[in-house]
Amino acid sequence: MSGIEATATPNSFGEVRGAGDLEHAAGRLMSKRIIVGYGFWIFLLSDIVMFSAFFATYAVLVGQTAGGPSGRELFDLRNTAIETACLLLSSFTCGIANIGAQAHRGSWFYGAMTATFILGAAFIGLEVQEFAGLVARGAGPTRSAFLSAFFTLVGCHGLHVTAGLLWLLTMMAQVFAKGYRADILRRMLCFSLFWHALDIIWVALFTMVYLMGAAS
Amino acid sequence: MLGKLSWAAVPFDQPIPLIAAALVGMVIIAVLAWVALKGWLPYLWREWITSVDHKRIGIMYTLLAMVMLLRGFSDAIMMRSQQAVAFQSSGYLPPEHYNQIFSAHGTLMIFFVAMPFVIGLMNFVVPLQLGVRDVAFPTLNSVGFWLTATGALLVNISLVVGEFARTGWLPYPPLSELTYSPGVGVDYYLWALEISGVGTLLSGVNLVTTVLKLHAPGMTYMRMPMFCWTTLAANLLIVAAFPVLTATLAMLLLDRYLGFHFFTNEAGGNVMMFMNLIWAWGHPEVYILILPAFGIFSEVISTFSRKPLFGYRSMVAATMVICILSFTVWLHHFFTMGAGADVNAIFGIASMIIAVPTGVKVFNWLFTMYGGRVVYSTSILWSIGFMVTFVIGGMTGVLLAVPPADFVLHNSLFLVAHFHNVIIGGVLFGAFAGYNYWFPKAFGFRLHEGLGKASFWCWILGFYLAFMPLYVLGLMGMTRRMQHYDVAAWRPWLLVAAVGAAVILVGIILQIAQLAVSIRRREALRDVTGDPWDGRSLEWATPSPPPAFNFAVLPRVEGEEAYWRIKQRARQQARLGEEPGYTEIEMPRNSPTGFICAFFATFMGFALIWHIWWMVALAALGAYATFVVFAWRDRDEDIIPAEVVARIDRANRSARSTALAQPEAAS
Repeated sequence: MSGIEATATPNSFGEVRGAGDLEHAAGRLMSKRIIVGYGFWIFLLSDIVMFSAFFATYAVLVGQTAGGPSGRELFDLRNTAIETACLLLSSFTCGIANIGAQAHRGSWFYGAMTATFILGAAFIGLEVQEFAGLVARGAGPTRSAFLSAFFTLVGCHGLHVTAGLLWLLTMMAQVFAKGYRADILRRMLCFSLFWHALDIIWVALFTMVYLMGAAS
Repeated sequence: MLGKLSWAAVPFDQPIPLIAAALVGMVIIAVLAWVALKGWLPYLWREWITSVDHKRIGIMYTLLAMVMLLRGFSDAIMMRSQQAVAFQSSGYLPPEHYNQIFSAHGTLMIFFVAMPFVIGLMNFVVPLQLGVRDVAFPTLNSVGFWLTATGALLVNISLVVGEFARTGWLPYPPLSELTYSPGVGVDYYLWALEISGVGTLLSGVNLVTTVLKLHAPGMTYMRMPMFCWTTLAANLLIVAAFPVLTATLAMLLLDRYLGFHFFTNEAGGNVMMFMNLIWAWGHPEVYILILPAFGIFSEVISTFSRKPLFGYRSMVAATMVICILSFTVWLHHFFTMGAGADVNAIFGIASMIIAVPTGVKVFNWLFTMYGGRVVYSTSILWSIGFMVTFVIGGMTGVLLAVPPADFVLHNSLFLVAHFHNVIIGGVLFGAFAGYNYWFPKAFGFRLHEGLGKASFWCWILGFYLAFMPLYVLGLMGMTRRMQHYDVAAWRPWLLVAAVGAAVILVGIILQIAQLAVSIRRREALRDVTGDPWDGRSLEWATPSPPPAFNFAVLPRVEGEEAYWRIKQRARQQARLGEEPGYTEIEMPRNSPTGFICAFFATFMGFALIWHIWWMVALAALGAYATFVVFAWRDRDEDIIPAEVVARIDRANRSARSTALAQPEAAS
């Protein structure tokens, strides 16, 4: 994952001589940082489109419990609230880590990244615990279409967080080994975009699945 | 140890696939041996396999598409001949084999012929037209290509190891669920498409960023050639639609592998949700294919009519309107679902509305030709053939968009005729027009015109012979995908269709001959100046083939038709512009990341299909390690010295000066 954004165009794209119209909108050549960030945003949008397919599926199947338990009987809002707090806090620490990296401040970077990892891992731990509890109660994904959709939607987000944790560790190792190189800082920018995007998805997920599910 | 895999997976009892695969295998081994004996392997590895040059990757995409076209076409010939002989008899293909053939035909033709063909042309041409040196993410581009190749490889492995899906080119549940398709066929389909789908998505992200963010100075959006606009629209659609395909196929995989209930008949699963989701991707997909073709026709028609494109702004608007509307018509693929008259009416009307911008385009092309001095090259023949053929296909499409008519015609050969009419007459003709048009740019010599024209006439004649009868058969009530039939009245039409397929075969043979003859006579067909067609956009400002850095100095764009202005000024002043000052150029470094990543993806896909879990884990680890190694590299750019840049550019300038002095010889 962490390698994808390293492949941006060289700055030499921007090399122009004798061009009087550099101020022209399209004539102004983009920095690598903008191109990489932009491309990663496009990727994140595609990821959000994928989640929207899972959201739509969940909305269609939420009533199809096949005589099994519904969200109202299954969801534990206290657990989910802790998960939410972990993830939102981790977004904050991730922001700090990004600032620390851009400022080349090792203590802030490593400290905040470690905090992000702990919070993210706590989130995953709680989610795994919730899933295991559901399966143990006979409410696994094979029980009904509703539960299939639930496990897939929430699990897909969980897989993203897990991949994010792997990326986070790789990122830390890379800064440790290579320092605050420009390409590594661009990767750090992409990582923090990714991590924040997972938050946005979680807010939608928490609302649509857990809050609305527990209330219905 | 090897999951579900055993010797029983090899179909020793079916001679056709085994012999075909053995032949193909021998050809591949022979080619590899020849390459190895000639000592070309290091060259291949250095210059092609690890290349991150958008031109090389574009050429490899196109090559993949052409090879897969042969495979997909051999499936087509088998289907046509089966239906020609299967009147009151079982023909020569048993049903389970016939079902695999039509499934493989559709899958290959859409995902591994049409898609790589248009993506290849976009990759090759767009940076040149924008006046830049590469795409936004060169290594990602290479990863995308090789993942597509992995998908194609998996589909072809299924010929020998196991079986392919029998569920059609879109695996509709419940038939594609484990209960009714317990074999590995559907799994081959799903994993091949999941992997190549990731490749396509990466390519989409890359090209969207390229078109929106990388430009030569002065190349504003409204000065971009039409092909860049259609590329932008098609790739926006890729970014917005392919994730839905990935999600939908993932749900079917979860149903099949872990017993989920998305699309099953029991436990609350909803089969029609699959139709909705798959077509929410599937309808944009047809525009992903056709929009780049529209761009190619715009370039070809304008160049060979010796006129600027008529109605450039309306063309841009039409392209972007199609881009948006393509997401509002998916339900017309299953009017018979029973969504009710109101829903069907809305989608029927939306389908008719989307025909309007397409009509605008057709008129623009006609007005571009009107009053122009049309040069009847091979490329414009494909374009004119497209306009005639595509209009027929479009009109039968609008007919199918009328729900009552659709209730009668759906799932019949009328539908099959319709979508071949637009995909062959639109996408494939466009790809061939682009192939003939840009071939000299890619390789430095033109393709033989006579053989090109002959192949065009065989294709178009064969197309009408093969598919017009299918309209009639559809109206007579013949459904698609029939392995045999008992209605005598159908037979003459199916015989005509088989003849049509044979004529297309002649067209394909002529295309192969065209390529072979052109390579042998390449000195006579040499494109010395880099501008063989008197072109209008910036790709013709480069030498043929363009150097790795495309432009020695980035061109300055002062209006639409950037290169035409530069050329006209040179013609008026009877000399080229001043020689620029050359400096060294940094270019992205080659990387085997894409190839190695696809290597692991191939094993992972194969292992997932056969439930070889240890191999899945190993391959996933390998792919991750590949990325880490890539991320750890310290140098990602190579420097091309100023002298080299100057030498290449001066050679081209002198060729152009000579041509400028003899204006008649140039045309």
